[in-house]
Formats: sequence, C-alpha cells, structure tokens
Amino acid sequence: MPDIHDPEAPTAIRVVDLVRDYPRPRTSLLQPAPVVRALRGVSLEVKQGERFGIVGESGCGKSTLLRLIAALDRATSGHVIVEDTDITRLPECRLRSLRENLQLVFQDPMSSLDPRMRVRDIIAEPLVVQGHPASGQRVRELLEAVGLSADAGDRYPHQFSGGQRQRISIARALAPRPRILIADEPVSALDVSVRAQVLNLISDLVDELNLTLVFVSHDLSVVKHVCDRVAVMNAGQIVETGYTGDVYAAPQHPYTQRLVSAIPTLQRALSGATTADLLAKGESA
Amino acid sequence: MKRLNPSLIAGGVIVAVIVLMALVSFVWTPYDATLVSPASRLLEPSWSHWFGTDKFGRDILSQIMVGSRTTLFVGVVAVGVAAVIGVPLGILAAMVRRWPSEVIMRANDLLLAFPALLLAIMFGAVFGASTLTAMIAIGIASVPSFARVIRSGALQVMRTEYVLAARAAGRQPFPIALRHVLPNVTSLITVQASVSFAIAVLAEAALSFLGYGTPPPTPSWGRMLQESQEFLFSAPRLAIFPGIAIAIAVLGFNLLGDGLRDRFDPKLEDRR
Repeated sequence: MPDIHDPEAPTAIRVVDLVRDYPRPRTSLLQPAPVVRALRGVSLEVKQGERFGIVGESGCGKSTLLRLIAALDRATSGHVIVEDTDITRLPECRLRSLRENLQLVFQDPMSSLDPRMRVRDIIAEPLVVQGHPASGQRVRELLEAVGLSADAGDRYPHQFSGGQRQRISIARALAPRPRILIADEPVSALDVSVRAQVLNLISDLVDELNLTLVFVSHDLSVVKHVCDRVAVMNAGQIVETGYTGDVYAAPQHPYTQRLVSAIPTLQRALSGATTADLLAKGESA
Repeated sequence: MKRLNPSLIAGGVIVAVIVLMALVSFVWTPYDATLVSPASRLLEPSWSHWFGTDKFGRDILSQIMVGSRTTLFVGVVAVGVAAVIGVPLGILAAMVRRWPSEVIMRANDLLLAFPALLLAIMFGAVFGASTLTAMIAIGIASVPSFARVIRSGALQVMRTEYVLAARAAGRQPFPIALRHVLPNVTSLITVQASVSFAIAVLAEAALSFLGYGTPPPTPSWGRMLQESQEFLFSAPRLAIFPGIAIAIAVLGFNLLGDGLRDRFDPKLEDRR
C-alpha cells in the first residue's frame, strides 16, 4: 500500500468551483440551445507527490475535468491552478511550462498513438516540440524504463499489443520529465492479465521519479491499488473526497456506498449474490 | 499483407494500360495521328488500319493512343487543382472553430451546387477554349467533394487521443495538421483522387464534344466523338472506338478508387 501523504506538502493542482457546459445544437427557434452540464462546480486539491484518484461512472465528467486540468479545453467558469499558475484563461502561447510539467496517458491504446509514426518519433514528439535535444539515447532510456526493448523504436504502433502500446504512451508522457502525470483510465482498455503489470509500472515510475499522479478510473479496485486519496464523482460533481482506505471502509455518500457495494468479492460470490442483489442493496443503502 | 481485391487489380491494370499507351504514343504510333490523307478517308478496320480511319483519313488507333495523353493530362491537372485547394480547405474546416468552419463549408456547398460543365463553359468563354482552362474549371468544380471528404476524415483524426497528446505536448495547430492530420488522411486523398480522375476524364470528353475542350488538331477522345456525329449511321465505328476508350478509362479509375477504398477502409491498423 502507498503511504499516506504529508498534508503540509505544497499544492500541485487546485481546482476551484469549475464549471463546464457544452452547448448542444438548437432544437427550437424560440428557445435557447440546450446545454449539457458536464461539470457543476468541482473543487479539489492535489498535493505535490500525492497519488490522487478520481472515480465515477462513464459520463460523470471525469474526462472533462482532466482536459480542463491539462488546458486542452476551456472552462465555462471557475479556476484551475497548476503549480501556482492560474491556467484557466491563459492563451496557448503561455502554457509552455504546463506543457512541460504535466503530461497525460490516455485510455485507448489504439487511438492514443499515431498509426503513421514510428514509436521512436512518437516518444520524441514532446521533446522535439519543446525544443529539447531528442537524442536516440533518451528515447532508448525511456523505452527501457517502461520495459520495452530498444529496437521497439523502429516499429509502428500496430505491431504492438495493447499493454505494450500503453507502455509506449507512458514513455511518451515521461519524455519531457514532467512533475505531474495524469492518467485517464490507463488500464480499462487492457486485458485483465496485463492490467496489473501496467498499474505496477505506473506505480513504480511515480515513486522513482517523484511524480504527482492524478489517476482516473471507473474501477474502484484499481484506484484502491494505486492511490492515496480519492474523489468520487457523480453527475458532474464531487460527492466525496477522502483517504482511499477511509472511503472504502466507511463510504459516506449514498453513491459511494453503491459503488463500494458493487465491488465483486469472493465472499459475496460464494454466498450466491447476483447483480440484482447488488443493485437492491445499493439502493436501500 | 492483405489480399488484393479484384477491383483494385482490374482498376490498376486498366489504368496501367492507359498510362503505357500514352507513354508509347510519344515514341511510336502506327501512323502520324494528325496526318491528313484524303486518299484513305473513312476506311473500314483492316490489317493496315486496325480501327479504320476518320473523315480526314487519320488513323483512329493512332488518335486514340495520342488522345490518351490528353485524357491523363486532363485528369492530372483537374485532380491536382482540386486536391491542392480542397485538401487544405478540408483540414482547415475540421480544425477551426465552429463558425469559420461553417462559412467554409457553406461556401463549399454553394460551389457544389454549381454545375461543373457550366463552370467549364464559362471559363472557356472568358479565357478561351483550351484543355488547360477546361481542366482548371473541372478542378475547381471538384474542390468541394475533396474538401468534404477530407474534412470528415480530418474531424475523425482531430478527435483521436494522439492529437490530444500532441496538444498536451505543446504542438501548435499547423504542425498538428502537417504531422498528424495530413498523413492520416492520405488514404482518403488517394481514393478521392482516383474517383475525381474518372469524373475529369468524362468531363473533358463532354467539353470537347461541345467544342469547349481540346481544340483541333490535338487528338482527344471527346473531340473524336464529336467529329463522328455526321457518320453515326454510315460509320458508327468512328464513335464506338473513342466511346469505348472513354468508358474503359472511366471504369478503370472508378474501379481503382473502389479498390483503394476497400483496401484502406476496414481498419487503418491492418494496412502495412
């Protein structure tokens, strides 16, 4: 288990009352266009060196939140402060330090690597863009760090398995030596057999390189495995935040209780529980 | 390696034959294609003139061979014009914000609604009828279909996580277009180019038939058709041979386009 982090540590990411509405196409001439409220006032704080988990079902706004933290999308209102810089309304040209310090690993290992580029060029891309010397040496180092052979650089992404592609993705994210790593469901598209490997790799690298990790998943057990603290999201809001162990042991919010009760365990399976039981229990809780 | 599909093979062979024919015509044709010889007017096909001769005594086979150059020239210019304007426009429309993109696409629709032949006739009237003016007009008329197809492909690419990753690494929009979007829509460009090629060949034939295309004496399949009009009943072969040539060329490029689409489409990853 990761050790509980020092609450006095400086803040890496602070999100204040963040709102993101997506306008939808008009359905009537007379009424204003309907909006999808993806985030409804989210606030959270991630300490430096912390492993912070965000859990919630699909469509609850997790990915929107990540995109706003990475300045890949514009907030409707609210603030995102990364390492003491308010990035919410900064123009792209002033985001250079964010682009160097914060990197992402995406969910789908099929679509997160350009099929037309060699692995070498994919990993070197952040280096080239940010004007660092993109030496073959550094690329080999990174490949080695994620457990791939050095000759992998000459091949194309489709020649690798899902787990290997996710390793390439991680190597690319680590290339500019970021201080913050954001992982958006990095293992949910992988076979169960390679999930643990990739999770352990992320976990080890975060320790080794002293990174701040924001880890998003819909799977509570995965978050439990990796994170110190966790925020539970539902319908664009954070309903509960706390140390992972506490949230698991004594979930406060009804939604969290339902999530926790839905984790499959051996005991429950042996006692003959079915999905229907889980739902009923969650609702009554 | 994926299995080659029949339309790709058939289309490829037809197109290769036309290209070969055009190349051979530079060094050898049975007769001089523009040589008028009143003594051998309207000859039936024979061993000395395989496809016969026309009303000026010119050898039809030689004219078809030389005419294939016009056909290919036409296709290359028209597709070139359409791709050079349409591809950047399509990518731009996919990458800019909502309303500039709408402006580009509605202007595109406007051009799409304008008949290509009418545009070419207008160009011919203003700049003088020539193969080049006709083809630039056909090229401009093919811009909207390129822009549309490329925009939809580029939109898909823009939604992928590798573009997000490139943005997160700090890549600016123009390099993203060049490094990520363009390489990933090349298969679409190839397919669209071969289909547009077929359309351009047909358009050139139609324009030459109307007298707005290739001016005499340069041999062109379309003009051969036009010149055959008065002999449609007495010597139908004058229309049949260039007609077949046009039909085969159009079929060839369409098959090639279909074949390429099938080859590229199912899954990008299976390609290499």
